[in-house]
Amino acid sequence: MTTKTEQAHIQKAFQERMDEDELMNCMRCGFCLPSCPTYIESGQQETQSPRGRIALMKAVVDGLIEPDEEVERSLSLCLGCRACEQVCPSGVRYGHLLEEARDIIAQHKRMPLHVRLVRKLVFAGLFPYQERMRKATAFLGWYQRSGLRAIVRKTGLLRLLPASFRQMERVLPDVPTAKEMKNRPHRLNPDEPAKKRVAFFTGCLMDTMFMTTNDATMRLLQLAGCEVIIPPSQGCCGALHGHGGEKEMAKELAKRNIAAFEQLDVDYIVTNAGGCGAFLLEYDHLLKDDPEWCDRAAAFAAKIKDVSEVLVELEFHQLPLRVAPQTITYQDSCHLRNVMKTASAPRRLLRAIEGAEFREMKDADRCCGSAGIYNLVEPEMSMQILDYKMEMAKQTKATTIVTANPGCLLQMKLGIERAGLTESVRAVHIVDLLLEAAEGAQAVREEERIRQTS
Amino acid sequence: MIPNEAKKRLIQIVGAENYDDTKAGRLVYSYDATPQFQSLPDAVVAPRNTQEVAEIAKICNEYRIPIVPRGSGTNLCAGTCPVEGGIVLLFKHMNRILEIDEENLTATVQPGVITLDLMRAVEEKGLFYPPDPGSMKISTIGGNISENSGGLRGLKYGVTRDYVLGLEVVLANGDVIRTGGKLAKDVAGYDLTRLLVGAEGTLGIVTEATLKLIPMPETKQTMLALYQDLEAAARSVSKIIANQIIPATLEFLDQPTLEVVEDYARIGLPTDVKAVLLIEQDGPKEVVERDMKKMADICRSEQAVSVELARSEEEAEALRTARRAALSALARLKPTTILEDATVPRSEIAKMVKAINEIAAKYQLKICTFGHAGDGNLHPTCPTDARNREEMERVEKAFEEIFAKAIELGGTITGEHGVGAMKAPYLEWKLGPAGIAAMKAIKQALDPNNIMNPGKVFAKSTRKRVVVTR
Ligand SMILES: Cc1cc2nc3c(=O)[nH]c(=O)nc-3n(C[C@H](O)[C@H](O)[C@H](O)COP(=O)(O)OP(=O)(O)OC[C@H]3O[C@@H](n4cnc5c(N)ncnc54)[C@H](O)[C@@H]3O)c2cc1C
Ligand code: SF4
Ligand code: SF4
Repeated sequence: MTTKTEQAHIQKAFQERMDEDELMNCMRCGFCLPSCPTYIESGQQETQSPRGRIALMKAVVDGLIEPDEEVERSLSLCLGCRACEQVCPSGVRYGHLLEEARDIIAQHKRMPLHVRLVRKLVFAGLFPYQERMRKATAFLGWYQRSGLRAIVRKTGLLRLLPASFRQMERVLPDVPTAKEMKNRPHRLNPDEPAKKRVAFFTGCLMDTMFMTTNDATMRLLQLAGCEVIIPPSQGCCGALHGHGGEKEMAKELAKRNIAAFEQLDVDYIVTNAGGCGAFLLEYDHLLKDDPEWCDRAAAFAAKIKDVSEVLVELEFHQLPLRVAPQTITYQDSCHLRNVMKTASAPRRLLRAIEGAEFREMKDADRCCGSAGIYNLVEPEMSMQILDYKMEMAKQTKATTIVTANPGCLLQMKLGIERAGLTESVRAVHIVDLLLEAAEGAQAVREEERIRQTS
Repeated sequence: MIPNEAKKRLIQIVGAENYDDTKAGRLVYSYDATPQFQSLPDAVVAPRNTQEVAEIAKICNEYRIPIVPRGSGTNLCAGTCPVEGGIVLLFKHMNRILEIDEENLTATVQPGVITLDLMRAVEEKGLFYPPDPGSMKISTIGGNISENSGGLRGLKYGVTRDYVLGLEVVLANGDVIRTGGKLAKDVAGYDLTRLLVGAEGTLGIVTEATLKLIPMPETKQTMLALYQDLEAAARSVSKIIANQIIPATLEFLDQPTLEVVEDYARIGLPTDVKAVLLIEQDGPKEVVERDMKKMADICRSEQAVSVELARSEEEAEALRTARRAALSALARLKPTTILEDATVPRSEIAKMVKAINEIAAKYQLKICTFGHAGDGNLHPTCPTDARNREEMERVEKAFEEIFAKAIELGGTITGEHGVGAMKAPYLEWKLGPAGIAAMKAIKQALDPNNIMNPGKVFAKSTRKRVVVTR
């Protein structure tokens, strides 16, 4: 609940900070409605549509309505998937409007104590510090390996957590040990003569909980002919902060990353998580009012490219790639598709894998309901969206669901678990599958060579 | 305000989940796609069937609560803006295609069906529902009928009116009537179907419609003719018609429109020419080929710098989709987008284009023009900023002159977007006092308490204000 005074503050901040031109840019044609997952899943509630949300934000600015609970509810139920932006003929940058509105509300609303504590711990205490991320992940690893997990699961202690957290616990990957996370490379040479020199953005979660995926990414880049630089001073991209109403903190993280990369003489800064990549790509918007940083941010953003784009550009899909016979399908990462505009490159790579039959699933471009931490804070809507997604995935009869973002990957695993398909279907990050395919082809060649020489 | 008693009874009918009077819930139905109009309803009600609609009408009639039926709110005449409050009536539960009758070539649908969904469903059966407003991706059949919407295929296939065979309508007093039906011929009594088409929700609530379908044309070709001279493009349009060729589509886009559309669609539209015509013909292969060739020749004789056929259906579809996005794409230029709907006889189209440009220059405004040129229906569009009063006054004057010119050329103030609250003050200009009186008599007879979408079509006073409303 927001108090009347809080509402007044929020309203004032809306009037001062919201981009009125952008709000007016929406001509209310409704072309975005059929693409909005929350509009569809809520049974066509206009308050849960992009057009409705923009109207509400504008009405708060215009003083037609107070930022009451319903307004807040409408904004918090938005996935931030930005599918609406992609189809808007008028070019409304909805994502920026949402981010600003959420930031204003978060800054002016007194949240319950436990929420404040968690936010402080996560946003300020954990994510900005890679060392702490490692420790936390190591702790998780200890939990998974020591037998504690088995005890916890058996005793039903998890039932103390909300259902959404409980489910998440089940699908977390087996994480690396503290030692493995410590010795990270700073520079890797290409397998062939270097075609490109790239920097790799490791991310915070990706370099801890999903470290093997990061390793696979770097390996693929090497195979494709990249010299890979991994500057050690980089850190969390700040997307969670930016989307979660902690914009100032996101700006500090952005500056740290810009500084870490700007001296490097590289062709691209490569990312392997749509969520991070999209946020990095918009650093120039984040820092637009900071004269010292805005140009530097733009130079940084200009170099951001998803790993799949880089691989396609270097014709990685021409290399031999092979997996055991299976049907695969691809779930777009919203931010990869809608913000980074990368949709065909991953498909092209997947289609190049021998042994795998690629089948497009219906509405592959619709959000899976993961959306950062949305699945934890809005479990009901998230699961409704996920169940639809799994229906579509099932129709393809795919045994491998490929994604390009850690959040989506976990959500897909969750979906598989919920659909009772754990035995028959797996979810993988695209780079892991590509490495599997590259190594698979290599193994076949080895075998053939041995057969020929013997 | 809705009296408590009435509210209770409404909730009893539709259930609490289908009655919303929260502030946010009402705000998102306080506008439509028309700039500068906003007014809150008192409640939003979503009935589930005709019976519920009828009961709602009775209660509203009893308490004199205005009813604003609403499809997807894409109309451009403030037709669903609840200018006098009351309830907004939604058809999200009444969105089923009830029947596609392949023997009689008809489709029977509920009003909330999305236009594109209907088209896809009938196309699956090899049939064709031609009325295709630019907004068809989201517009509803109920809205299309009530606005008598046109589209890109209007020239050859007509508008929504030409495809409505029968209606089920709830009148203001709660009576349910059926008009027309599947019959190809029917002269029993007044043609109420035609009266209700284009009635903009002021005479009753459409709860079901039987629509005419036709066989899918065998083939289709699409081409783009490019011009360095606006009037030459417009002259080509008149000349094609004068040569007795009726293409399926004959759309006009000028350079500024091309630029914004290309900015959005990125399909490689030419942005270095002054205007293009998007031309399509469908039907038997020989006819299509013959017509396309003739039209290409006409375009060339009118100094088209290039005339090119689309190479594939994908390319053709991309062109059509881009054209449909024109209006929304123009909205990216400036915070406010004022668009008009002036329509002239097809022979006068070049004169109208010329007049629009002269008027734009006179008032120092940017006016982009696109539209269904083959129907003589142009959409001069002015990207502006409602906060700039001085400029808005000039926009006002410019559009008034455009209107005057259209009527002078034998045209009308609105070809397809309807009257709504926006053009109400102008209606008399077009119809004259006797015309208005006849229409008012009909309204008075069917809706004596004026609860059906009040404030639309008929103005309280006739004032000549085009765009400045507040
Ligand atoms: C980008 C864009 C492009 C467009 N292109 C075209 C075009 O090419 N051609 C064209 O003609 N129009 C066009 N329009 C205008 C508009 O889309 C059409 O008028 C459309 O038919 C409206 O449909 P809707 O479902 O949004 O109806 P709404 O806007 O919700 O309602 C329109 C009118 O119908 C009434 N109504 C709705 N449902 C019922 C019902 N069940 N019973 C009684 N009355 C009802 C409403 O009260 C209102 O008066 C365009 C609009 C936009 C935004
Ligand atoms: S956000 Fe874009 S697509 Fe959606 S209603 Fe506004 S202008 Fe139309
Ligand atoms: S960001 Fe996604 S959920 Fe939010 S309004 Fe846009 S389409 Fe809907």
